[in-house]
Amino acid sequence: MSGGTFVGMPAFPKAAHEAVNNPTLRGNLRHATHTIRAKRAVAVAELDDWAALREAGKQIKDHTLRHLDRYLVQLEESVTAAGGIVHWAADADEANRIVADLVKMTGESEVVKVKSMATQEIGLNEALEAEGIHAYETDLAELIVQLGKDRPSHILVPAIHRNRGEIRDIFAREMGEWGRPAPEGLTDTPAELAEAARLHLRDKFLRAKVGISGANFMVAETGTLMVVESEGNGRMCLTLPETLISVVGIEKIVPTWQDLEVFLQTLPRSSTAERMNPYTSMWTGTTDADGPQTFHLVLIDNGRTDTLADEVGRQALRCIRCSACLNVCPVYERAGGHAYGSVYPGPIGAILSPQLRGTASEIDASLPYASSLCGACYEVCPVAIDIPEVLVHLRERIAEGGQATREGNKVVLKPAKGHAAERAAMRAARWAFSHPGALRTGQRLASRTRRFHPRSLPGPGKAWSDTRDLPTVPAEPFRDWWQRTHGGKDTDK
Amino acid sequence: MSSRDLILGRVRRALADVPRDDTPYEQAVERGYLREHGGRSVEQTVDLLAENLADYRAIVHRTDAEELPYLIMRLLAARGPQYVLVPPGLPPEWMSAADPTRVHDRAASTPHELDKVESVVTGCALAIAETGTLVLDGGPDQGRRRITLVPDHHICVVRVPDQVVSSVPQALERLDPTRPLTWISGPSATSDIELDRVEGVHGPRTLEVVLVSGE
Ligand code: SF4
Repeated sequence: MSGGTFVGMPAFPKAAHEAVNNPTLRGNLRHATHTIRAKRAVAVAELDDWAALREAGKQIKDHTLRHLDRYLVQLEESVTAAGGIVHWAADADEANRIVADLVKMTGESEVVKVKSMATQEIGLNEALEAEGIHAYETDLAELIVQLGKDRPSHILVPAIHRNRGEIRDIFAREMGEWGRPAPEGLTDTPAELAEAARLHLRDKFLRAKVGISGANFMVAETGTLMVVESEGNGRMCLTLPETLISVVGIEKIVPTWQDLEVFLQTLPRSSTAERMNPYTSMWTGTTDADGPQTFHLVLIDNGRTDTLADEVGRQALRCIRCSACLNVCPVYERAGGHAYGSVYPGPIGAILSPQLRGTASEIDASLPYASSLCGACYEVCPVAIDIPEVLVHLRERIAEGGQATREGNKVVLKPAKGHAAERAAMRAARWAFSHPGALRTGQRLASRTRRFHPRSLPGPGKAWSDTRDLPTVPAEPFRDWWQRTHGGKDTDK
Repeated sequence: MSSRDLILGRVRRALADVPRDDTPYEQAVERGYLREHGGRSVEQTVDLLAENLADYRAIVHRTDAEELPYLIMRLLAARGPQYVLVPPGLPPEWMSAADPTRVHDRAASTPHELDKVESVVTGCALAIAETGTLVLDGGPDQGRRRITLVPDHHICVVRVPDQVVSSVPQALERLDPTRPLTWISGPSATSDIELDRVEGVHGPRTLEVVLVSGE
């Protein structure tokens, strides 16, 4: 695939090494992940049927994946009937070509974009740029990333690695290059920074003729697409332009309108720890005189059907991109999102990226090792993806080789030479866990509790443990793995 | 082969291990979750809506049908907008006491014209108590999606208790998916800068909700 790989990105171990030695980054990440984590627990505790919602979410997604062909066809029919035009793209290149052609057909050379992981995954902005089309990111964090000529480091708060001083400097320096410059004497208060972004972007929204978005969900039954957001930039892109192009992975389907009742309860609480995100937009094809009069839906595969072919790994396609697993992950907290070398960082990235892209590259082969298997990601996941199980499965395949599917074809992978990945992973772990002492208690407790009380956990874990199955692959605590593979030698620092 | 057929073929091959299963969808998923969280009287549900709206920094007012025009007048006067946007089907009496020039939805046709308007007054399709959410469905008293987005000040009138539901599942039951829907929970906000919440990046920075009884 093109675009999706962060070109020139060092493999996880090296990137993690650099990240853990950057005190600003670590401080920013720690503050951010701990804040969201604590708030989330409160938001989830408000719903005493959390475990049932989680189970329903898992079942809806599993059912959809098991009948994905049927639901894709139904979705196509519904969207078409509602006035939309559906396109299919097997890989990133094809998706980019379709979108570029659609934009060119409008005669425009500028588009406004809502933050979308799918378009980042396929490298759409770069592909459009090569065709002379400027894509403006309009999410505040994405704007910070784009102006800073940077990479997003978190699914939900992509500029989490930047603090306010850095953001002020980026705005003051770069805004003028792209349009309306930052106001004179801009300070680093969040309110002033947000105001500068508001003014800068409003110019672009008001004249934009083409909007590009992703979607959080697509309803097969009705052809409805849904985008959740906070700032209103999404609403701007979805309603002001004349043409809307939505680029969405084929796994984002739910069968019925009613299914949204599950995810509209679990997604906001899992991601931003809110009862509901400030804005949710839903549209079904086009509507007379309200919003874009031309609507294109580009359905992308780009490795998803290969992932679907893996009996253990396919559960990663249930992911609703809430980012809860990032915020609880001790490795993510130390290494930061960039170290994962993909648009999907953290635990979900560690299982999704190597499946979408294959494990041929060093970074992809090292990702399944970028974890302590502590199980925290599984506990918080609102669709109950057993991330540790998939990690172990992928490690096995990298170390020992085995069957996989690439671009629809069955292939047999050779074992990684001399377990290069495993060695790389040990180096990764060494850097990422440069303070193993601080981790010991929490991780041991988590893993041990999993084994001794698999049916019921105290505190905030209670809700999820009510309905979950016993893990088929027991998580090995990081310390044990460390002892086993490293002879207990503490070679840190 | 078209990419459509290619992808559908790959999906079918990928699922070769999955046993055929023709359980109708209604039976395929266990929906053991609640339709509503906790037992509440109608009044308590309205109170919860007010509380959750305020918690998300919407400014909540309560009034009755008779007082409504005066309340709207006062809310507008406090901000002194020159123009107020109204959707075509807004009950005329709501604005009967207000001073500023009314601009109709259709008149503000280009985004730039819309940007000159300071305030907008609308109704809603319904409101969800448990989440503090207003839902707009483009009905005659709400207008197009853009009119509640570009102006900086939105006054939204909710008829209580008729338009209030308890929960998200109850809301979806009452909504029509073929209409464009906007769910609003508090004013536009961002937490992108060190997770400090800042109101109003792009949408209205001030959201005032009027809960009106006896309509
Ligand atoms: S894997 Fe689960 S917790 Fe992580 S982003 Fe996806 S849905 Fe959220």
